[in-house]
Amino acid sequence: MLAALLTMTLLALLIGAALGFAAVKFRVEGDPLVDKIDAILPQTQCGQCGFPGCKPYATAIANGEAEINQCPPGGEEGIRKLADLLGREFKPLNAEHGAEKPKAVAYIDESTCIGCTLCIQACPVDAIVGAAKQMHTIVAPLCTGCELCVAPCPVDCITMETVTDTATTWKWPYPVISIRAAH
Amino acid sequence: MLRQLFRFHGGVKPATHKTDSTRLPIGRVPLPAELIVPLHQNVGGTPYPLVAAGESVLKGQRIGAAEDPFSSAVHAPTSGRVIAVEPCVLPHSSGLRGLCVRIEPDGAERWIETAALAWRSLDPDELRDAIRDAGIVGLGGAVFPSHRKLRSGKGGLDTLVINGAECEPFITCDDMQMREHAAQILRGATVIQQMLGARQVLVGIEDNKPEAIAAMNAALQAAALQNIEIVAVPTRYPTGGAKQLIRILTGIEVPHGKRSTQFGVQCFNTGTAWAIADFVENGRPLLSRIVTVAGNVEQPRNYEVLFGTPMSHVAELAGMQPDTDRFIMGGPMMGFRMPNFDVPVVKATNCILVGSPALFPSPRPEMPCIRCGECARACPTDLQPFEMYWHARAKNFGKAQEYHLFDCIECGCCAYVCPSSIPLVDYFRFAKSEVWAREQQKNAADSARVRFDFRNERIEREKQEKAEKLAAKTAAARAAAQSTQETAPAAEDDPKKALIAAAMARAKAQREAQAQTDAAQDKKPE
Amino acid sequence: MTSLNSPYLRQANSVTQVMGEVLLALLPGVIVYVYIFGIGVLIQILLATLTALVCEAGMLKIRSKPLGLYLGDLSAVVTAWLIALAFPPIGPWWLVVAGTALAIVVAKHLYGGLGQNPFNPAMAAYAAMIVSFPALMSQWPGAGQLGGAAQAALIFGGERIADAITGATPLDALRTGLHAPNAQLIELMRSQAFGAFGGRGWEWVSVGFLIGGLYLLARRIITWHVPLAFAGGLVLIAAIAHLLAPLRYPDALFELTAGAAMLGAFFILTDPVSGAATPRGKLIYAGGAAILTWIIRHFGGYPDGVAFATLLMNLCVPLIDMKTQPPVFGHKKD
Repeated sequence: MLAALLTMTLLALLIGAALGFAAVKFRVEGDPLVDKIDAILPQTQCGQCGFPGCKPYATAIANGEAEINQCPPGGEEGIRKLADLLGREFKPLNAEHGAEKPKAVAYIDESTCIGCTLCIQACPVDAIVGAAKQMHTIVAPLCTGCELCVAPCPVDCITMETVTDTATTWKWPYPVISIRAAH
Repeated sequence: MLRQLFRFHGGVKPATHKTDSTRLPIGRVPLPAELIVPLHQNVGGTPYPLVAAGESVLKGQRIGAAEDPFSSAVHAPTSGRVIAVEPCVLPHSSGLRGLCVRIEPDGAERWIETAALAWRSLDPDELRDAIRDAGIVGLGGAVFPSHRKLRSGKGGLDTLVINGAECEPFITCDDMQMREHAAQILRGATVIQQMLGARQVLVGIEDNKPEAIAAMNAALQAAALQNIEIVAVPTRYPTGGAKQLIRILTGIEVPHGKRSTQFGVQCFNTGTAWAIADFVENGRPLLSRIVTVAGNVEQPRNYEVLFGTPMSHVAELAGMQPDTDRFIMGGPMMGFRMPNFDVPVVKATNCILVGSPALFPSPRPEMPCIRCGECARACPTDLQPFEMYWHARAKNFGKAQEYHLFDCIECGCCAYVCPSSIPLVDYFRFAKSEVWAREQQKNAADSARVRFDFRNERIEREKQEKAEKLAAKTAAARAAAQSTQETAPAAEDDPKKALIAAAMARAKAQREAQAQTDAAQDKKPE
Repeated sequence: MTSLNSPYLRQANSVTQVMGEVLLALLPGVIVYVYIFGIGVLIQILLATLTALVCEAGMLKIRSKPLGLYLGDLSAVVTAWLIALAFPPIGPWWLVVAGTALAIVVAKHLYGGLGQNPFNPAMAAYAAMIVSFPALMSQWPGAGQLGGAAQAALIFGGERIADAITGATPLDALRTGLHAPNAQLIELMRSQAFGAFGGRGWEWVSVGFLIGGLYLLARRIITWHVPLAFAGGLVLIAAIAHLLAPLRYPDALFELTAGAAMLGAFFILTDPVSGAATPRGKLIYAGGAAILTWIIRHFGGYPDGVAFATLLMNLCVPLIDMKTQPPVFGHKKD
């Protein structure tokens, strides 16, 4: 009896010590779940989800404060990936946050631009170059298509242009599926 | 003297169909009514246009300039007038448009001033730039900019392989060029050899081209060149793949993602060697190439075709049959179906394969894979296509990559032998382009994240800097106040209060000073 | 719709052709079988083929696959023939029908049809039937023992008095004989069940299958890996055992020609769908099957071990294939 008690106690102590040691030794910096969610989010930084950027939305999802269907740029595929990662049920995109649209980049009509810098301040990824009273322009490869620059423009010179395939970005289609029996 | 040859795994032996197009010498093509010259004809960045609509151009005038180190220039194939610089349908499976320069020939063929290059005395970098600006790219079909390949690796270069294997059925453009221009190809090879400092040159030609081998050997003896050898290699598809030919001639296997120069070998196509010779000897940029027209035509033949010539213009010369249903650019194993008959001939067009339902009947319907392993036995890169197919089909791209998806050279051997008629290469092309797109998307997202974080940090920093500036101002004001009067015991930790206190102190001091002067004035005797 | 992209050239081969060659290659064995043991096996082949085609058509219909295309691939017929050859030729008609139906419906189509089945359908059927009807599955005629009419009568409901109608197969004789006290292998081998170098009659059927197998090799339908590894493995283990205990274990030649060894080496283990696919994997797969076959023959509860050995090795195929990927061009360590 005593021996059993002693063994169990000793075992508990040993395991406890090992766990404690592991917790210190293999401590994970930051929250890996937030990073994993953030990696799925499209990094548009558009704020349509109701959070000021993708990272805050990722944090909110991780804390259970936000649904996984609030990101229109990520679209259905993004929601599916989040559902897979978190083991949650797939939900269609919440229309309150917007609709899924093909990728677009902003385009500034340079003849109308008055050089007010408001769009430069609005751009979350510094993809607009220009200076006060100088014409502004979008660095297209850096633009995430967040549309945050469209509203602040006082002369409405910014439009969103859908990105079309070129011969180099064109993707080979999924090979056609073999025929099925006609009914 | 027999050289020891090596072999690569797999490969297939389809019927070659090469004799028909080698009966007549290389033909000339009359100028078409219009040339449509795509700016993007090479691997790498799209060149930017140097001309605008309405301008007249000379033959050989540069109309597109290399934008980045991987890009290559494009030239006006003949003299005439630029009708437009606009997106036109490209000779590409997608059927998408790309920026093209449309030129109306004036028929005068007025050249730019050309002169032989003193290439031996040129700085290597200058020579490479000149070759880039001459628009010379690999003419075997891959159109990799040649100037990028004209630098040897760190350990120097042992062997320069000149690829005259031409293993695809129907295609005979290299064969005919070797028969008719052997001497110039060898001169070009010598230029490349000297630029690379290669010890030896091996010209690999499949043994089903005895005339080309004889012509090259004759030219070699006439020129009495040292360290060049013409090597007949066994006919087996895809011997003409650069890596496969390097393996056969040297025994070296260049893995995917590595450059052959790391192993002391570099490979150029015979057509590219010819073009380099033409450039250094005559100063002519790359304006045309030899194109095989074969398949559903009356007289299959090779033609020298200006870039931008509509494919139908050339095919009609060869007598295109009425039941033609498609053009394939390249051979039947790796070629690409063209979106229409009028797309232009470009630097990659080694063959216009005129197709008909009779010539290339649609394959039997796709059946399930029975894992028979025929594809693995045929694969020249030792892959397991049926495993890759399984994962590509399930869109499980990570797994497909584990099975070395990107080592696949899309030669088509696996689909050729598949008893279930599975379009294996289509699955691999699909999987590859998905992986590329995803990678690009991920890179874009990562860069957006970094830029967003940087911007937030910057805004935070600016805020802090502003606050610091304010604090510094306050401190200065306080110090000033303290120096004027010992009063103003404002709360030190509150800059605003301090500021107000300082202001009050200043006002008080002013008032006192005023009072003093007033008093002094009061005391002034009248 | 089919692919519109390259390659536009296709070799003129098809699943139908592959399966047709396999059927052709089975013929020599079948002819010898009929010559020595009577026409019972032909009736079984007919029954199995009909059942297989009906079941295949039904399952294709249910799974809404194109009938003509898939029925014509002959894969169901190959399964049927293998079942008929593996089952006793005088078993009642419903035995082979049930076995074939099980193979096609459960072992093939419930797993996803052609190309998807993890187990060899014929062997799955054999295993299920020998477990369910051990007595019926063990009644084999001796060479020249039963006439055609008698065999047909047995198949279609004749009275079965086991000892009267069947001789023991050599493997059976070996098993029961060796269980007797003071059994002597040499004496046993002189008994009626044994012939010149194997089981009486069966040795020549095995030669028939060997000829068919060599044809498949010559036509490049199968590679040398599986037959060589299976035969080699069996010979090796049998030779060692025979050397150590010659009174207990028969020699290698007997093992090789007894039971389904030859059929297994060239026709069953070479089934590409359920077998290993890499060259090295095939060696491991067939070698493992050889060892298991020998072990089951001598230590297991059933006379022949090829079916169970095949099924057990089928289980290992994904692992074997994963671990034996050949090195890719340029990644070789040489």
